[in-house]
Amino acid sequence: MAATLPADSSQPVSRKMVKSSGSGQPRVSRKPWADALFALMAKGSALLTLALLIGIIVSLIGGAMPAIREYGLSFLWRSEWDPVENRYGGLVMIYGTMMTSIIALLIAVPVSFGIALFLTELSPSWLKRPLGIAVELLAAVPSIVYGMWGLMVFGPLLSEYVQMPLQGLFQGVPVLGELFSGPPVGIGLMSAGIILAIMIIPFIASVMRDVFEVTPPMLKESAYGLGSTTWEVVSKVVLPYTKAGVVGGVMLGLGRALGETMAVTFVIGNMNQLNSLSLFEAANSITSALANEFAEAGEGLHQASLIYLGLVLFFITFVVLSFSKLLLAQLKKREGR
Amino acid sequence: MSTVMSTSSSSALHASRVAMHRRRKWINHFALLMSMAAMAFGLIWLIWILFETIRLGLGGLSLMTFTEMTPPPQEEVGGLANAIMGSLLMVSLATLLGTPIGVMAGVYLAEYGRSSWLGNTTRFINDILLSAPSIVIGLFIYSVWVSRFKSFSGLAGVLALTLIVIPVVIRTTENMLSLIPNAMREAAYALGTPKWKVILSITLKSARAGVITGVLLAIARISGETAPLLFTALSNQFWTTNLNEPMASLPVTIFKFAMSPYENWQKLAWAGVFLITIGVLALNVIARTFLRNKH
Repeated sequence: MAATLPADSSQPVSRKMVKSSGSGQPRVSRKPWADALFALMAKGSALLTLALLIGIIVSLIGGAMPAIREYGLSFLWRSEWDPVENRYGGLVMIYGTMMTSIIALLIAVPVSFGIALFLTELSPSWLKRPLGIAVELLAAVPSIVYGMWGLMVFGPLLSEYVQMPLQGLFQGVPVLGELFSGPPVGIGLMSAGIILAIMIIPFIASVMRDVFEVTPPMLKESAYGLGSTTWEVVSKVVLPYTKAGVVGGVMLGLGRALGETMAVTFVIGNMNQLNSLSLFEAANSITSALANEFAEAGEGLHQASLIYLGLVLFFITFVVLSFSKLLLAQLKKREGR
Repeated sequence: MSTVMSTSSSSALHASRVAMHRRRKWINHFALLMSMAAMAFGLIWLIWILFETIRLGLGGLSLMTFTEMTPPPQEEVGGLANAIMGSLLMVSLATLLGTPIGVMAGVYLAEYGRSSWLGNTTRFINDILLSAPSIVIGLFIYSVWVSRFKSFSGLAGVLALTLIVIPVVIRTTENMLSLIPNAMREAAYALGTPKWKVILSITLKSARAGVITGVLLAIARISGETAPLLFTALSNQFWTTNLNEPMASLPVTIFKFAMSPYENWQKLAWAGVFLITIGVLALNVIARTFLRNKH
C-alpha cells in the first residue's frame, strides 16, 4: 500500500474516483467487486436477523393454526388441558407464567435496586470491579444449574423452614391459610418465583447500575452540597433522573423471567391445576409445559395447542422487551443532549 | 447556631431541627444498611450454588464420567462420554456457523448502516432476540426443520444453537467496532484503501479482542442451553457423531437424569452440572480478563 502512495498524492482525486477508475497503473489490484461483495455480505447478514424474527412469527402462527382455528382467542381463558379428550386451554399455564414472574419481580426489584445503589454510591472503588464481576457471573450460571439446585437443595429447605411455619401460623385463616396450603415438598409457584428472582437479579441490577452512572455528577454534587444524605441524593435526584432506565431494566428482567424454561420446569411441579390458590402447590407454566410435553405430543391439536402457547409467550415477551428497549433508548437520548 | 439568641421559640426551632436531622440520618443509615444487605443477599446465592455444585458434583465425578456411555437406570457403571461429545460437537459447529454471520451483521450495523432504517431496525430486533425465550427458538427449528424431515437430529440442535449465537456476537461486535475512533478509518481511507480492506485489516483488527470476547461469551451461553435442544437434538443413549441422528448433550442429559428417581442418574446429573458450571464460569472469566488486558 505504501508504494502506491506517491502516485496517489500527486493528483488530488477523491476516494470515490480512485475506487472506480483504478487509473490503469500496474499497482496493487483494486478488485472493485470486493467492496460490493463485502457490503452485500454484511447487509445480507443483517437482513438475515430480520428474516429470523419474521420466520419465527410466521412459523409459530403456522404451527398453531389448527388450535387457533379451533378455539380462537378463547384458548386464553379456557382452563382445561386434557390430551386424552383432546381438549385444550391455556389459562393454567398463562397463570403460572404470570404468577411466577410477579413473585420474581417482587423479590428481585428491591434487591437489585439495593445492589445498584451499593455499587454506585457506597462501595469502595477497589471492591466495585470484583463485586460487579460476581454479579455478572451470577447471570452466567446456566439456568439448568439453578433448576437442579432449586429442586435438590433449595426446595426442601424452603418447605421445611418457610412453608411449614407459615402453615402453622395461618392455619384456619381464610385467604392466607389457603395461600400456604399444600404438601410440603418444596415445589410450586413459590420456589419457581424465588429461583427466577435469583436469576434475574443480575440483569436488573446491572442495568440499574449502568443507568445510575449516567446521572450527571454535577446534579449529585449540588445535592450533596446542600447537605443531602446519600439516600436523599439517590431517591430525590438519581432516581427521578433515571426513572425511564430503571423501568426499562425491570422490564428486561421481566422478559427474562417470562421466558425462562429450565429453572422453572425443575421446580414448578408440572401439574395442570387451578383448584388451589396455594403458592406451594404444584402448578405449570408455558415454558415448562412446552419442555415436558412437546417432544411427546403427537401431531395435531395437542402439538398445535402447545405451539399456540409458545406464540402467546413470544408475543408477551416481545411486547415487554420492546417496551424495555424503548425506555432505555429514551434515557440514552437524553444522555447525549 | 441560633442558641445565641436563646429565646424560647428559637430553642424549640433548634430542637425540631436536631430531631429532623437525626431522623434524616437515621433513614439514611437504614437505607444504606438495606443496600448492603441486598448486596450480601445477591452474593450469597452465587456462593451457595457454587458450593453445592462443587460438593455434590465432585462426589459424582470419576474417570468413568469421561469414558463410559450414559447408563440405563440403576446400573453402577456409566458416564457421560456421549453427552460430553455431543455437547462439544454441537457447540463448536454452532459457533463456527454463527460467528461469521454475527460478525458480518455487526460490521453492517457499525460500519454501513449506523443510522439507516435497516440498521436501526436490525439493532432493535437483535436486542429483542438476545433476550427472547430460547425455547421459542427450539419451536421454530422444530417447525422448519424437524417436522419437515420427520426426525430429531444433531443438525437441528446445531441450527437452534446457531440462532442463539448470532445475536450475542452481533451485539458485542457492534459495540466493539463503535469504540474504534473514526480517525483510524479516515487515515486508512486517505491512503486509498477500499472499504472492505479498511474494515478487515483496520477496524476489525483493532476490535479483535472485543470480538473474541463476544464469541467466548456466546460459547458460554450456548453450552448451558437446554430448552432449544429438547425438541431439536432430543437425546441419545449411545455414542454418535452422525448429525442426522438424535444426539445427546450434557444439558439435556442432566435434565433427564435429574428428574428421575434413580440415584445413579442423579449422581451423574450432578457431575454434569459441575462440568457445565465450571466450564461456563471459566469461559466468562477468561473472556473478561482477555478484554481487560487488551484495553
